[in-house]
Amino acid sequence: MADISSNFLGIKSPNPFWLASAPPTDKKVNVLRAFEAGWGGVVWKTLGSQVKNVSSRYLAVNFGAKKMMGLNNIELISDRPLDLNLKEIKECIRLFPDRAMVVSLMADNDKKSWHELIRKVEDTGAHGLELNFGCPHGMTERGMGAAVGQDPEIACMVVEWVMEAATIPVITKLTPNVHSVVPTGRSVVKAGTNGLSLINTIQSVTGIDLDTFVPNPYVAGKSVFGGYCGPAVKPIALKMLTTISQDEITNKVPISGIGGVSTWKDAVEFMLLGASNVQVCTAAMNYGFRIVEDMIEGMNNWMDEKGFKTLDDFIGKSVEKITHWEDLDINYHHIAKINQDKCIHCGLCYIACEDASHQSINLAYGKPYNTYTVKEEECVGCNLCKLVCPVNECITMEEHRVAPEYLNWIEFQKRGLPLNDH
Amino acid sequence: MAISNNRLSKEQYAENFTDIHPPFETADAALVEANRCLFCYDAPCTKSCPTGINVPKFIKQIATDNIKGSAHTIFSSNIMGAGCSKVCPVEKLCEGACVYNLMEEEPIEIARLQRYATEKAMAGNWQLFQRKGSTGKKVAVVGAGPAGLSCAHVLAREGVDVTIYEKEGKGGGLMTYGIAAYKVTPQFCEDEVNYILGIGGIEVKYSQELGKDISLAELKKNFDAVYLGIGVGVARKLDIPGEKLEGVVDAIQFIYDIRAKGYPSVPVGDKVAVIGMGMTAIDAATQAKRLGAKEVTLVYRRTEAEKPCTDVELDIAKLDGCEVIWLAAPQKVKGSGGKVKQLVCSVMKLGEPDASGRRSPVDTGETFTMNVDMVIKAAGQVPFEKLVSKYKLDNTYGKLVVKDKASTNIKGVFAGGDAVNGGKEVVDAVQAGKDGAAAILRYLNIQ
Repeated sequence: MADISSNFLGIKSPNPFWLASAPPTDKKVNVLRAFEAGWGGVVWKTLGSQVKNVSSRYLAVNFGAKKMMGLNNIELISDRPLDLNLKEIKECIRLFPDRAMVVSLMADNDKKSWHELIRKVEDTGAHGLELNFGCPHGMTERGMGAAVGQDPEIACMVVEWVMEAATIPVITKLTPNVHSVVPTGRSVVKAGTNGLSLINTIQSVTGIDLDTFVPNPYVAGKSVFGGYCGPAVKPIALKMLTTISQDEITNKVPISGIGGVSTWKDAVEFMLLGASNVQVCTAAMNYGFRIVEDMIEGMNNWMDEKGFKTLDDFIGKSVEKITHWEDLDINYHHIAKINQDKCIHCGLCYIACEDASHQSINLAYGKPYNTYTVKEEECVGCNLCKLVCPVNECITMEEHRVAPEYLNWIEFQKRGLPLNDH
Repeated sequence: MAISNNRLSKEQYAENFTDIHPPFETADAALVEANRCLFCYDAPCTKSCPTGINVPKFIKQIATDNIKGSAHTIFSSNIMGAGCSKVCPVEKLCEGACVYNLMEEEPIEIARLQRYATEKAMAGNWQLFQRKGSTGKKVAVVGAGPAGLSCAHVLAREGVDVTIYEKEGKGGGLMTYGIAAYKVTPQFCEDEVNYILGIGGIEVKYSQELGKDISLAELKKNFDAVYLGIGVGVARKLDIPGEKLEGVVDAIQFIYDIRAKGYPSVPVGDKVAVIGMGMTAIDAATQAKRLGAKEVTLVYRRTEAEKPCTDVELDIAKLDGCEVIWLAAPQKVKGSGGKVKQLVCSVMKLGEPDASGRRSPVDTGETFTMNVDMVIKAAGQVPFEKLVSKYKLDNTYGKLVVKDKASTNIKGVFAGGDAVNGGKEVVDAVQAGKDGAAAILRYLNIQ
């Protein structure tokens, strides 16, 4: 059995699966249930200014029969009394001393408020702080949340205030509602944050009611932009994580990966791209805390299979695999192959290629089943047919190199090789 | 042993004749199934539908909450799409061709989804087609069965004024009169006919029989073209001794009575033999059982491999408790006091393949005797040979011969459906009606 215990800035947890700062971590009853289910740690729902929530709060994007491909919310930071939250945090730490307890913070925009809040939270015995510079709704209008994270200078200033007072590790959570997360990332690292976490939710409109014309979520005939999360945002989160992992300033601190993590596979992907651990929310909101059971077992089995003993053995392994386009090997070429024994004759590969790609699949009429074969000389190796095929491993991409040696775009131009030749 | 009616309580009848293929209970259930569909290109299901319904499209339209569009897609190809969703042997048509079968997965429930969309259209009386302006042309259609209705609907759409002559008191043909009541109810059939006629431009004259109340010459004179969708007639005679005994009945008549008179009115024996193994034989056997017969035995002269009905149909009969005797050909019906008492059968064996490619049964010389009080004949139906010969219409043993899918040897007279093919599925007749309409429109220089 591999060792999946995690040490994030000295904050120890039996596994790298934390629950993100969100509704599932806003009170003792949830957090205790989460710890009982096996979660390695929680980031307690953001404490700070006094707020008032509205109804409704969530809306989702479904995909076909699948519910909640993406979730959007307009809930604010914790709307419970600060003292009650602090008391419950303390109790949770006492009952589960081996779990990570990080508390998310968003104080009013002055040094005194931050210092006061940090002191109170540290008194609970919490192991770390996460600065919420990402919440994209409600708090931004008051100059907090994403309003801080979107401006590297303001973020830097707040982190400096925090670092003056904090005696436990500080993680700064970044907003994705920027053209790049790197500037704010660099700024807060320079200001002394101990770690980074990303991404927070993405501003969004999930849909519109076609009878009332009111977008979602509905609040008395109006709506606002909400924060989008869930499986749909994972690719965006992975991209942003990669930019942080590849930047020589931001990659000096540990990163907690967030954004659509639902399974052990997702978690492994975030960690391969440089996250030391992951935070989960939407999947738990969809299915409850029990999902962690498979996350633990799945990661363990995968590590055993690959021969990894600890998490550090694979964290960051894929970071260097993402490169610049001009470094890609132009001599690499692969061609689709359709396994006729597995083909169910649905024609999806054909129509996708014919209408949207390179007209590289041949249709031989049959009643009722057509036969589909690849025109090898036409295939550009785009993968589209393989992606739409409903049968696993029916379409495979076979390597047919143009030439054995590595050749990139820069060299290709230098040699004056032919362009636009397909 | 005796033949008698009114064998069951009202509740038992209702239970026995309840819908065998229940609809989706909820929109959610339909959505789950619709979302399973892969949306195949040049889909095998569509190619396996005699009317070529664009199945992936109508299912996708259910999934996108465009039910009106879905119903329109179905009805564009098959105006009896609602009825066909209940009576089609989909296991050998669309669902049998579903690519999921090749993945060893359950095929998409195409019929059930089709029912979902079309029932909503019928319930809401959504008239999804608008008639084109009048062409001033008039066409007579003989027979308000699937072929006739389908032909009439296409013609009406194109601005032709259609008059249908129907010998029965209701439209729908064998859909209304010749199919097991647990598949479609008489009420549904009536609703479906009304829905089809809702487009306008189609007048139906009931109780008008060709050769009796009206003549082909008359129709030819009064209309620009004539379409014959006259179907086929009574069950094939067995031509064996005892066929006239009381208790020997025609399956078509038996099914007709169940539908026309109501369950308690139809007499059935204690021990019933059904001759044949087609869809009608199954419908007769299962309904005899469901009317309260104690024993029902299907007698077929070939083996299971040659049977004309589908496996699914045979399973319905078996699940109803019907027995099956393969390789048995009726030789004579014995009776006493004018009533059926026994059926004597020859034991057959399979010989050389016949014209249909199936091995033909050969008499072994051995016989066996079954004690029965009712014999239902369901060994195919006989075309109206006398009638069509009288009108000098080219035919093969009564089956009309057509060119280009619908033209008879008489100019301006077209035909299709069972009258031409000898008796196939409803969906085949609907397509024949479309082909007939297309031929008529060409003939009348419309389109």
